[in-house]
Amino acid sequence: MTDLHQLAVMLKQLDDQMVTCMKCGMCQAVCPVFRETLREADVTRGKIALLENLAHEMVADAAGVKEKLNKCLLCGSCQANCPSGVWIIDIFLNARIIVNTYMGLPAAKKVIFKGMLTKPALFNSLLSMGQKFQGIFTSPADDLLGSSCSKIMSPLIGDRHFLPLAKKPFRKLVSTVDTCAGQSGLKVAFFPGCVIDKMLPRVGVAVLEVLMHHSVGIFLPSGQACCGIPAISSGDGESFAKLVELNVKAFAKGDYDYLVTACGTCTATIKEIWPKFLDRFPSDVQSQVRRMADKAMDINQFLVDKVGIDTRPAATGGTRVTYHDSCHLKKSLGVADQPRTLLKANPACNFVEMNEADQCCGNGGTFNLHHYDVSKKIGDRKRENIIASGADVVTAGCPACMMQLTDVLSRYGDHIRVQHPVEIYAQGLN
Amino acid sequence: MLSDTLIKEFQAIVGKDNVLQKEADRQSYAYDAAVLDPVIPLMAVCPSTSEELGKVVHLCHENGIPLTPRGSGTNLSGGTIPEKNGIVVLTNALNKIIEINTQDLYAVVQPGVVTAKFAAEVAKQGLFYPPDPGSMAVSTIGGNVAENAGGLRGLKYGVTKDYVMGVDFFDVTGGLVKSGSRTVKCVTGLNLSGLQVASEGTLGVFNEIVLKLVPPPAANKAMMAVFDDIDKASETVAAIIAAHIVPCTLEILDNSTIKYVEDFTKAGLPTEAQAILLIEVDGHAGQVAEEAEKVIAICKKVGAVTVQAAKDEAQRNKLWEARRAALPALARARPTTVLEDATVPRSQIPSMIRAINDIAQKHRLDVGTFGHAGDGNLHPTILCDKRDTKEFERVEKAVDEIFDVALSLKGTLSGEHGIGLAKSKWLEKETSPATLAYARALKAAVDPKGILNPGKIIGG
Repeated sequence: MTDLHQLAVMLKQLDDQMVTCMKCGMCQAVCPVFRETLREADVTRGKIALLENLAHEMVADAAGVKEKLNKCLLCGSCQANCPSGVWIIDIFLNARIIVNTYMGLPAAKKVIFKGMLTKPALFNSLLSMGQKFQGIFTSPADDLLGSSCSKIMSPLIGDRHFLPLAKKPFRKLVSTVDTCAGQSGLKVAFFPGCVIDKMLPRVGVAVLEVLMHHSVGIFLPSGQACCGIPAISSGDGESFAKLVELNVKAFAKGDYDYLVTACGTCTATIKEIWPKFLDRFPSDVQSQVRRMADKAMDINQFLVDKVGIDTRPAATGGTRVTYHDSCHLKKSLGVADQPRTLLKANPACNFVEMNEADQCCGNGGTFNLHHYDVSKKIGDRKRENIIASGADVVTAGCPACMMQLTDVLSRYGDHIRVQHPVEIYAQGLN
Repeated sequence: MLSDTLIKEFQAIVGKDNVLQKEADRQSYAYDAAVLDPVIPLMAVCPSTSEELGKVVHLCHENGIPLTPRGSGTNLSGGTIPEKNGIVVLTNALNKIIEINTQDLYAVVQPGVVTAKFAAEVAKQGLFYPPDPGSMAVSTIGGNVAENAGGLRGLKYGVTKDYVMGVDFFDVTGGLVKSGSRTVKCVTGLNLSGLQVASEGTLGVFNEIVLKLVPPPAANKAMMAVFDDIDKASETVAAIIAAHIVPCTLEILDNSTIKYVEDFTKAGLPTEAQAILLIEVDGHAGQVAEEAEKVIAICKKVGAVTVQAAKDEAQRNKLWEARRAALPALARARPTTVLEDATVPRSQIPSMIRAINDIAQKHRLDVGTFGHAGDGNLHPTILCDKRDTKEFERVEKAVDEIFDVALSLKGTLSGEHGIGLAKSKWLEKETSPATLAYARALKAAVDPKGILNPGKIIGG
């Protein structure tokens, strides 16, 4: 019980934030997990009530609360819809750190975060070895999507149809870049992020093509690490801080106007989550963290709002392309119009809106690993909306969503391609 | 504690996954939206069919286990806070719209259907379900009927009770009671449907609800009038009604609420204004245009500082933004939001608002008042921090006094939030000892063991 008391003392730090939840229950209207399970403990109000009880030593089963706390996509839909403006994501991330400090990380995560992710060179070479051997355990599932499924029964992969590791990661294709601002007068630092690097290098290539087309200077330094979201969302604040510091070091030498990523989750993490944990860094690092956070911008937003692109009258023929609003892009960063503008700029693209375009796809990073059944159900609903739109291609501005969309569309054999809006825009430029 | 045998019996009815016994699950059904202490139930069960629901009720009765039905738990008076030794019966999985009949203008739904989803399905069929409680994005029809939920459209369209044509419910033994019908007229038997409305789960457990639908209005027009004197706002309301115009919504924000909203939205509201009225008329296009013109003239005549009319949907949305932002703006000001719903005859609104402000000043509390000026249903919203016990004692005193004033102005304790646990102690004051005795006798007759949502409305 002494330990529970310590846990309670730590959680009490969040009391001022948690008490602002007036238990109105409006989060039930937008929570993708609740929509599938209909259980109060799966929705924000329930989770906050449980954390409050834990903080006030009214709970004996801390592990039970931890389980509920982790059953969340961190999609931010509730926060965007909360009448009393509760800082829900702050509460959940901090609570995950506290609960994790008390109960410890699961062994597998410990190996991944502390042993691999925070050591980018080792991580890269391990995955490079993995790429060479992955064919032994997996077989191609859908040529159009480039997805794979497991040949053997594997508890980790299950019946997922996943994007295999790329033969050549993006950073093997393009190691470093440092070019001057051209006619645009703009120079950006490019943060590809893990999924684009390891699984979707073609998105990274499209980003470079588009930036070069618009004469934007590019700074792509070596030594970049993961943005830290898998670590912080699993409650590993230590690894998170290490990753942020690695990135700060990598980008310190560059002189750039904006730090662009083609991943809604990376942008939201750098822009919104990094500054919330400033006190974890020495003061000289703090200013650098803030600088990167201030400059971070989604690639779609950068192209439309800062560079400016030619818009054309909406096409009626051509490939039917729809767009899925990634939660971190729309709900955290407010980026929704810009990717659509990019899609409409490609004359061969006939943009069609799908129903519930801004409903979460169900990926939620590690949520997909721990709650694949719920994740799949949320994905199925997304798939139904994609199918109903009649689209040949579905686009999303976040590679994590692209993974989820690939899984669901490949499992059903729908033959609908999954791309990034920047890829479609780049195709239109050629 | 429930015995293992009994738990197995519940599992046999609803399936193992639908019996929630873990501490974390039980704790998440211990509260609702009322600012009251949570009470942790023994467990929660989630039936998926009518048959399962009936059997659950029967099993509870056989074993004398108190049961509290719960939809989305948005209740503001503690109606869904369970009994300590009781269980919670979740209606979320009973969420089918069984029928929407466009010829006979009715719908049949299960109790767990979410109000906004139902209203949207009805709209898709070209019809209209008017009750629009503030929580409708999540609230359930079962909860709406059990609380007789209101909303913004009460003045013209009425409240939930005006749309309930029939309720099929399980009596305490699990027997299925049928009442009401799918016809406009029905005088067959006692009006048991009427008895279920606002009963807060104390007299039966809803199985299916028959709701009236109406044709939707073809046009609408929203207006906003700003006043430097709250009496003028009230006179305007009276003058609009006297001119035989019944707006579909007629909302008021007091000076304190206007300040909080402006602070939150920076929309350019006049913070010196003593009241803002938001008025919307609907119906046929011609009638709407004519009524809107009259409303504007009345506002000006009585002495509104400014009157604006929305020219299109975008402007309409903008005008309504002030009202939509009222609760979020107030809720963000302090940690705890105590949302009351004292209701007075509409002519008494200025007296009521003045009394609320006096009470707030006396007890050193921040209060913003907004609400449904057309029907006298006000929402004095007390902003506080429940962790500050001294302040919260003052809040409780202030709430007592607000009710006293509402009753002295010939008003009522609750316009739409229900009595639940929060207000049962005042019930006799508004009614009479005989009223309470009658209600208790009724309850004892249909629920001799007192297991149907005990403690709500009539105490005990």
